[in-house]
Amino acid sequence: MSENRNGIMQEKDMRQVAIKQNIGKGVVKFFLYLFLITMALIVLFPFYWMIISSLKSLEEYRLSVPTFWPRTIMLSNYAEAFKAANLGRLFLNTLYVGVVSTLLSLVITVLSAFAFARLEFKGRETMFGLLLATMMIPGELFTITNYSTITQLGWMNTFTVLIVPFLVSVFYIFLLRQNFMQIPNELYLAAKVDGTSDLKYLWKVMVPLSMPTLISITILKMMGAWNSYIWPRLVANDAAHQMITNGLRNAFTDTTGDVNYPVQMAAVAIVSAPLFLVFVFLRKYIMAGVSRSGIKG
Amino acid sequence: MKIVLQNLTKVFPARNKKLDKEVIAVNNFDLEIPDGKLIGLLGPSGCGKSTTLYMISGLQKPTSGKIFFGDNDVTELSTENRGVGLVFQNYALYPHMTVKQNILFPLQNLKGKDKLTKDQMLERALYAAKLVQIDDLMERKPSELSGGQQQRVAIARALVKFPRVLLLDEPLSNLDARLRLQTREEIRRIQKKTGITTVFVTHDQEEAMSISDMIVVMKLGVIQQVGKPQDVYDDPVNLFVAKFLGTPPINVFNGEVKGEKLYIDNNAVLDVKGISDQPVTVGIRPEGFILDENGPMVCKLNNVEVMGRDVSIVSTSEASVNPVIRSIINSDNKVAVNNETIRFSLKPHKVFVFNRETENRIYFEVK
Amino acid sequence: MVDSKQQWKAWIYLAPAILLLLVFTVWPIINTVRMAFLEGYRGLEAVGGQSYSFGFGNFEKVIHYHKFLNCLKTTVLLCVLTVPISTFLALIIAVALNNIKFLQKGLQTIFFLPYVTNSIAIGMVFAAMFNIVGSFYGTENEIIATAGIINNVIEFFGGEPVNWINYGSTYTANIIVMTVYIVWNALPFKILILLGGLQSINKQYYDAAKIDGTPRRRVFTRITVPLLSPMLAYVIITGFISGFKEYSSIVGIFGEGMGPADDPGRLNTIVGFIYDALSTNSQGRASAAALILFGIILVVTLINTQVSKKRVHY
Repeated sequence: MSENRNGIMQEKDMRQVAIKQNIGKGVVKFFLYLFLITMALIVLFPFYWMIISSLKSLEEYRLSVPTFWPRTIMLSNYAEAFKAANLGRLFLNTLYVGVVSTLLSLVITVLSAFAFARLEFKGRETMFGLLLATMMIPGELFTITNYSTITQLGWMNTFTVLIVPFLVSVFYIFLLRQNFMQIPNELYLAAKVDGTSDLKYLWKVMVPLSMPTLISITILKMMGAWNSYIWPRLVANDAAHQMITNGLRNAFTDTTGDVNYPVQMAAVAIVSAPLFLVFVFLRKYIMAGVSRSGIKG
Repeated sequence: MKIVLQNLTKVFPARNKKLDKEVIAVNNFDLEIPDGKLIGLLGPSGCGKSTTLYMISGLQKPTSGKIFFGDNDVTELSTENRGVGLVFQNYALYPHMTVKQNILFPLQNLKGKDKLTKDQMLERALYAAKLVQIDDLMERKPSELSGGQQQRVAIARALVKFPRVLLLDEPLSNLDARLRLQTREEIRRIQKKTGITTVFVTHDQEEAMSISDMIVVMKLGVIQQVGKPQDVYDDPVNLFVAKFLGTPPINVFNGEVKGEKLYIDNNAVLDVKGISDQPVTVGIRPEGFILDENGPMVCKLNNVEVMGRDVSIVSTSEASVNPVIRSIINSDNKVAVNNETIRFSLKPHKVFVFNRETENRIYFEVK
Repeated sequence: MVDSKQQWKAWIYLAPAILLLLVFTVWPIINTVRMAFLEGYRGLEAVGGQSYSFGFGNFEKVIHYHKFLNCLKTTVLLCVLTVPISTFLALIIAVALNNIKFLQKGLQTIFFLPYVTNSIAIGMVFAAMFNIVGSFYGTENEIIATAGIINNVIEFFGGEPVNWINYGSTYTANIIVMTVYIVWNALPFKILILLGGLQSINKQYYDAAKIDGTPRRRVFTRITVPLLSPMLAYVIITGFISGFKEYSSIVGIFGEGMGPADDPGRLNTIVGFIYDALSTNSQGRASAAALILFGIILVVTLINTQVSKKRVHY
């Protein structure tokens, strides 16, 4: 242990090493921030472009040298977009579908999660396992048959068809069950001893204790309604029941070529705005829900 | 390698400026650690001992003050340039590497003239592993090892690059009682063999006393006392040190000095030449009591616990600060259990008198 | 007594979920498999009372179908391009984020922002950015007014403008645009998961590495990546699954034509193929394609888990 023990550094000039190491750290920090801020700007750019484009006049948008801040702010684009895509109607449709399906879905999820977490019954584990297994299967596989089913039920072009088929989400049941399981069983037993009914216990104890998860589920479900596109296009694409994403896509069919982009971008901005508001105020819940899911919307 | 800490201070800024105050973890710390010794930093949790260790390692930067390794000022030097080895409390073994890979890891980082060939590295790793007697576990993953074995791997990893200084953070706290005894002997043996200046941190006074060449008792970031374990035990500078060292702990009484005599419970129990009249706090080591039918110290007898070689007498007194007084007597003495009271005389060098206010030691002449 | 009452109660609680699952999940699984194996099954004809023979005809037709092979090619190409790129980018962004203190929360929020977007809506923004206003196929004296912001940037750096998505654009250009958009869209989730994983790594490993003077790159390859490997595996598997189901991001950029104006359907994917078959009432073909998609996802997931069993440490 002798030859090297005293000497990784000894002969070198300490001060020089200290300066070198500090410069090294500074350079690394500089590049870290440079990289992150560049990436952040790239990520943000589409939003920025959407907003400034939505405020430009068509003439200004078409300038061969682009402007990075509108010369004249054309708020009229928003009014035009609102009218062109009939956004008011689409908002109401989507809101209705979103609220109703979220409420019903929450009830079903809470009841099922409670049964799987607290009630003893034969085949509980097997059944839960089977439920989880269905999460592996891509949704398109269900859609094909569901399409026939709802045609036969006469649900084509109704709100029902937008709400009912997706009320049960195995993932939400799973999420809430995990949360319920963390609530100590002693609480449940104590409530039983006091003669509290299951339903009352569920409502008074378990639901309040699982609020964060329920909020996450609510947000994800609402976002799902807002972003749903494929299924509504298939089964309810008439004006009376159209959802916002479909309405947007249908109103502006052309994405390339000579399009009135300012108005189109204004419509996109209007559609995106509620999502941003939700994001700003409820980011914490979204992130918590998402980090456990891996499913968008 | 001698280590010198000069006016070392570490202030942690308040997390929330409105609610918290800044925390002075280490306050004006002056210490010289002689080359090749094993030093124990000892104190209750939150006394700044780990912070001191981390400042020596370079993982934390001192707010002010200087650190010297030998004659070199290393204060501004970052960890990797200091050449220290550190054993973490939880060992921090890389879970995805085998024992061998863990031990080799520091060597693979060496650059320039220190760079080793593959064979040299293996040779060194094997040397370090043999030193801590884990050379038969080289292909295992940390999760397949017991706590004691993990501890040894961590030490081997710290030693393999021949550090100038070895630092151990609560090295034994995660081990069970039996292993702790065994491992602390091991650490002592390895330190003796390698002769590397070693600093370790612990809150367990027995651990520190048993293996250190020198202990440093700390409280709230301030050094209380530095010295050889036995010296500190025999001659504490204040009540805190006296209370912190020793099992069973020292017995503390409220007393008074009048006319150079120490009174406990209105009994003059000891001559204390050189102390002026004042109320005092008295500490008496459990082994400082002598069973004496005519002794000046009178206590109510609770019970007697026989522990083989020794007898532990549990009694109470009005003047005692602790709920019970524990005294340890050689078991050759017969103790009459059915007596209501018990009387002691005291060994003067086991009695410490402290100022009631400052809790600093007041010395008296022992004949 | 209590037990049987419990049993009965549990089923009441589960009744709504089970009922809906039976109709919209269990029956579809059975029925889709059934339809896939009935030769040339068509929903409308079946209602009319036509019967079909059992066989593999649907599968044969699908895999010999020129269109399907195109869809498969595009889907696989997008997966193979976007999953590694987005995973690698997300990894270095997450590691960089984990190494800073100042601005960390703010930057983290920005990087998560694309997650809460509507992929159709933002697809339209990307289309606007890559678009060439005016057109190559218009009359000759029509003026090309602006080349689009992306082309402006390319020109600014001295490059030639590219026809990204307009009439006459190349497949390669289309795929590049899709890759950019899908990676942009996939980053937030991956960064969130990876950063969460990084933050749960015990800081002592990094202290230990520092004590040993480990260079940054080695810390990254020998400590960070192995300790993060469970999260990486998770992110890669979910990335492949959603990659094979790519559809609406293409609708966002190219519209329902799924391709530039002169070649609609060029960028169609497997999911798009299924919906096309469905809307022409060819349920047999759609089912067969859906089962193939399921099979692909299953195989890719199995391969991934097998590989990660070897590579994922602990």
